[in-house]
Amino acid sequence: MNSGLSKLIRKTEKPYIGLHGKIRQTKGDRLKTGGIERLTKYVSGSIIIMNFCLLGEDGMKKNSLKAWLYLLPAILFLGVFLVYPLIDVVVYSFEQGYNSASQSYFGTGIYNFSFVLHDSYFLQAVKNTFIMVIITVPVSTGLALLISLGLSSIKKLKELYQTIFFLPYVTNTLAVGLVFMILFRKTEYSEGLVNLLLNSFGMTSVDFIDGPYWAKMMVLCIYTVWIVLPFKILILTSALASVNKDYYSVAKLDGTSPSRTFFRITLPMISPMIFYLVITGFIGAFKSYSDAVAIFGTQLNEAGMNTMVGYVYDMLYGKSGGYPSYASAAALILFSIVLTITCINLLVSRKTQSKQES
Amino acid sequence: MTKSKEKRNNPAPAIVKKALIYFFLTLWAACVLFPFYWMILSSFKDYASYNAEFIPKFFTLTPTLENYKLAFTAVPLAKYFLNSLIFTLGTSVIMLAVTVLAAFAFARLEFRGKNLVFTIFLSLMMIPNELVIITNYQTITNLELRNTFTGLILPSVASVFFIYLLKENFEQVPDELYKAAKIDGTSDLKYLFKVLVPICRPTVITVLILKVIECWNSYVWPRLITDDSAYFLVSNGIQEIRENGFGRENVPAMMAAVVVISVPLIVIFLIFRKKIMSGVSRGGTKG
Repeated sequence: MNSGLSKLIRKTEKPYIGLHGKIRQTKGDRLKTGGIERLTKYVSGSIIIMNFCLLGEDGMKKNSLKAWLYLLPAILFLGVFLVYPLIDVVVYSFEQGYNSASQSYFGTGIYNFSFVLHDSYFLQAVKNTFIMVIITVPVSTGLALLISLGLSSIKKLKELYQTIFFLPYVTNTLAVGLVFMILFRKTEYSEGLVNLLLNSFGMTSVDFIDGPYWAKMMVLCIYTVWIVLPFKILILTSALASVNKDYYSVAKLDGTSPSRTFFRITLPMISPMIFYLVITGFIGAFKSYSDAVAIFGTQLNEAGMNTMVGYVYDMLYGKSGGYPSYASAAALILFSIVLTITCINLLVSRKTQSKQES
Repeated sequence: MTKSKEKRNNPAPAIVKKALIYFFLTLWAACVLFPFYWMILSSFKDYASYNAEFIPKFFTLTPTLENYKLAFTAVPLAKYFLNSLIFTLGTSVIMLAVTVLAAFAFARLEFRGKNLVFTIFLSLMMIPNELVIITNYQTITNLELRNTFTGLILPSVASVFFIYLLKENFEQVPDELYKAAKIDGTSDLKYLFKVLVPICRPTVITVLILKVIECWNSYVWPRLITDDSAYFLVSNGIQEIRENGFGRENVPAMMAAVVVISVPLIVIFLIFRKKIMSGVSRGGTKG
């Protein structure tokens, strides 16, 4: 079929483009355009003409209908599972005392928001999330930058390292989290591997899973960094590879010091990608949930390690669930925070970039 | 720092610098690989000997497959596995059909309001999943689709980003092909699946792989929508195993389950390494 098609193209290319050009020229005149189109189709077969008779004069109409048919599944799915829920979540958040069983509520107002904002579990979740964001985003971005710089300066074994570094991306967060839990925890039978390592450096062992708050937070941050690094390394490595090599040659000729080359050439060239990673990193870290579940189990409130997204889900389902209104209010609060921080990020990145250009 | 000093220092430490870079990279590689090593090692350790080790050993002289046997018999790991497979395949196939059709409409068909609709689609990309999941949970519950594959699959089949990605790719295919096919009397649908999709296979495969990774690792939605362990996916299965798995806490058997769950994606990754990495750098979001 392909060869037949290409033959046809060769045959019909010239006159067709000619017609196409004419269509373009008379774009404003719809009557004429329709005429030319009709002419083309007239040549191509009588069946299509029959269709024309059935569907009326305007060729667009038939195409329109078909296009909408093609779009229908997507529009249907997006409408039901994306647009409607978005409106609905706002409605939910203002309905007081919504009952999922009877689907009734007894008033509207901002009570849900005030309940959530005064809930100690929510405040704990907000605190945890903010600490996590503040630690993991800079650490992971910085570490990814160092690793990518290292990767781009070697030739041997580069592919092997890249492959290894990417592995965490394709693993199941829950499954590998279990391994981290085993490595960090301390039981009556065993101190755990990480604690033994600490002991060998002369530090006392800590229970990282059920122990003090900062220890738990540390494990969570370490695991999160471990999980998010592959993506960042990948992006930064390709950003570094796309920097024009001529800049470096010139810098070398000039005898520019490596640190100056880095700060004056490399960093400005890849800064859009760094900003991209910081922004997506912020968003991702604010929405983190399954890494916490992977390490501390599903009862995150009891462990004091819940995240904001975790709070939303707990309000919806599970032991403490059944409150979609509170969940909606919490979700909206979360996203107003994310939106604000993303906007600030965008403003900062725009300002920095325009400064570089001037 | 002056230039001359820089030059004097440069030649000798070049090797040292290289060595440092390799050391640093190897260190991180070890950090990445160690959890994998540890889970494989533990999964081969005997239950009794694992618990007897106060200081864990870094190797085992008596590897046993007992844990793998236990993982498949004591807990329904095979069932979880099968469920995930069905879920992944179902979601990917339906997603691909919906996405390809929509992308084709945007790329090739002319209709009134096309730009407006496309802009609306693009703006939908900004809606975070966590916000809509609350209502979706209610919708699926009201439709009594809890603990069914339909309920699991339906909300995650439409992806604006993939539609966008495919549309861009479809548009790169010369328009003449489409016109020739039209003159030939080829139907749009036939043209789409016989010409356009094969030409754009790399992007289609990228989209598929990204979706498969996402499906295999999905945890939140399945957790909300299933409480019958006959419908658990691997992520929920592993959580179930962890919380009330083997009757007693059996770490080696747990690790065996973890290995079984992790292997498929790692194998796929090692086979399609280049495709996956280029695909993720184009459209990955985890992180």
